Amino acid sequence: MEGDAELQDLYREVLLDYFRSTRHRGRVASPDIESQGINPLCGDEVVLTVSVRGGVVEDCKIDGHGCVISQSSAAMMSEAVKGQTLEEASKLAEGFKRAMLGQSSFDDLPDVLDEARALEGVQKYPARIKCALLSWNTLLLGVRSHKEGKKEVQYQEK
Amino acid sequence: MLKFDVSKIREDFPILGRKIRGKNLVYFDNASTSQKPKAVLEALQRYYAETNANVHRGIHALSQQATDQCEAVRAQTARFLHASGPEQIVFTRNATEAINLVAYAWGRKFLKAGDEILLTGMEHHSNIVPWQILAQEKGSQLKFAPILEDGCLDLEGLKTLLTPRTKLFAFTAMNNAFGTINPVAELLGLAREQGVLTLVDAAQWTPHLRTDVAAWDCDFLVFSAHKMLGPTGLGVLYGKKKLLESMDPFLGGGDMIREVHLSHSTYNEIPYKFEAGTPHIGGIVAFGAALEYLSRLGWEAIDRHERGLTRYAMDALSQEKELRIYGPSQPERRGGILSFNLEGVHAHDVGTILDTEGVAVRAGHHCCQPLMRRFKTSGTVRASFYFYNTVDEVDVMLRAIRKVKEFFKVKVP
Repeated sequence: MEGDAELQDLYREVLLDYFRSTRHRGRVASPDIESQGINPLCGDEVVLTVSVRGGVVEDCKIDGHGCVISQSSAAMMSEAVKGQTLEEASKLAEGFKRAMLGQSSFDDLPDVLDEARALEGVQKYPARIKCALLSWNTLLLGVRSHKEGKKEVQYQEK
Repeated sequence: MLKFDVSKIREDFPILGRKIRGKNLVYFDNASTSQKPKAVLEALQRYYAETNANVHRGIHALSQQATDQCEAVRAQTARFLHASGPEQIVFTRNATEAINLVAYAWGRKFLKAGDEILLTGMEHHSNIVPWQILAQEKGSQLKFAPILEDGCLDLEGLKTLLTPRTKLFAFTAMNNAFGTINPVAELLGLAREQGVLTLVDAAQWTPHLRTDVAAWDCDFLVFSAHKMLGPTGLGVLYGKKKLLESMDPFLGGGDMIREVHLSHSTYNEIPYKFEAGTPHIGGIVAFGAALEYLSRLGWEAIDRHERGLTRYAMDALSQEKELRIYGPSQPERRGGILSFNLEGVHAHDVGTILDTEGVAVRAGHHCCQPLMRRFKTSGTVRASFYFYNTVDEVDVMLRAIRKVKEFFKVKVP
């Protein structure tokens, strides 16, 4: 649609593609990390299942339901962390969070987060930033708990 | 009574002239809080500029004037509710605090293990959680009257839950998520037959419809000032005199006491027994201006205008194929609230796109998670009207909804 620059900037086509795509959806067969993230404010839910081999994310799938922002962000995340070590994956999540919260620039994000840059438009809608961060916070908690030997965890957005 | 001229009325509300993201504000979030007319803002300003002092204490003239103004609004509130006297009006922070007051001051004194409190499946969290806390402490049970598919109460189901064990029936007069209007008089009658005390959550009712506690004969009624043109931070508890007198205090402190000794205290008479500390004096005074504004408009005119709007919006929205409206289909069974979802689109995405068009709606669970679960949704989009809204504004929302559909290419499966 023309004349809706603002809307186009928020819901960029790539977001809608990720939202509709089923590539990353589902659960991995025998997960080493199972982390469920909930935003009680809106009921959005992301269930993250990750298989880890030799400290590297072998597969990462997302399940759950929610808005375009939370679900596309989760899909992008699952794509970005595949093949990364758990440390790298956490670093990516921290970097993305900082950019989203305006503490660093989206331009400085590593190439593997190229697609996730499409979420930059969310910054203009502060009420929606939590939607974009839900899956990344869920990942961070999942990895942290994995190190402590816990497999299943639940994250609640405050 | 004034002629009901919406464009003239809108001039009384400065905020309605605001632009949001370059578009005219269309404020459809009135069930959350209403906007305030100049008369209320001026009353607040005038109070602080001319009369500010603490109440019920000073021997000086200002304190006396502030006290008089406060007490005048208490009497005005009693008249507005058709209560028999101002001592039945307790000022609180909001409707939520008023419910908590009853749960604390009545519940902790009179409820026993095995007793039951009856609620409904469409209550706001504020009319659930205080009772849960009380029931846990007392070993009493909460029961919930079931909700039918059309969002109305299942009266037959409700009747079976009113038993000799039921001590209190607390229910909403108008549901905040779907706008369902409950048959308040009938529900109160059912409870009375069983000798059950009643609390009416009138937070969504009092801004829109004439309230008459004498005709209803309810035991308690609560509402918030900010949903009916008044300032935030002020709520009201109405209670029958004998009941209020029989209850223990709520918060302890100044104003609620008669005498304080180091070993014990004696308490003030009602309503002051329940009003510890300095109240929201400015807010109370400004609420008087809100009540006056509403009574000048007249409840009939307000109701007629809002019903017209709701009917228009419902007719228009029901033409949209991929859109589900929640709640009663007959306009007379609902207030000016329309709750809906677009198939395949999350309520928050709809809310954000409406916001880019300047349309302020609420998207989410509306503090009614049990009701959302009953209808198997995590949330809805809610447009809620007040008397200053117009048909043109409904059209703006409709165009925005079509835009959402186009944007997300909603298709009938």
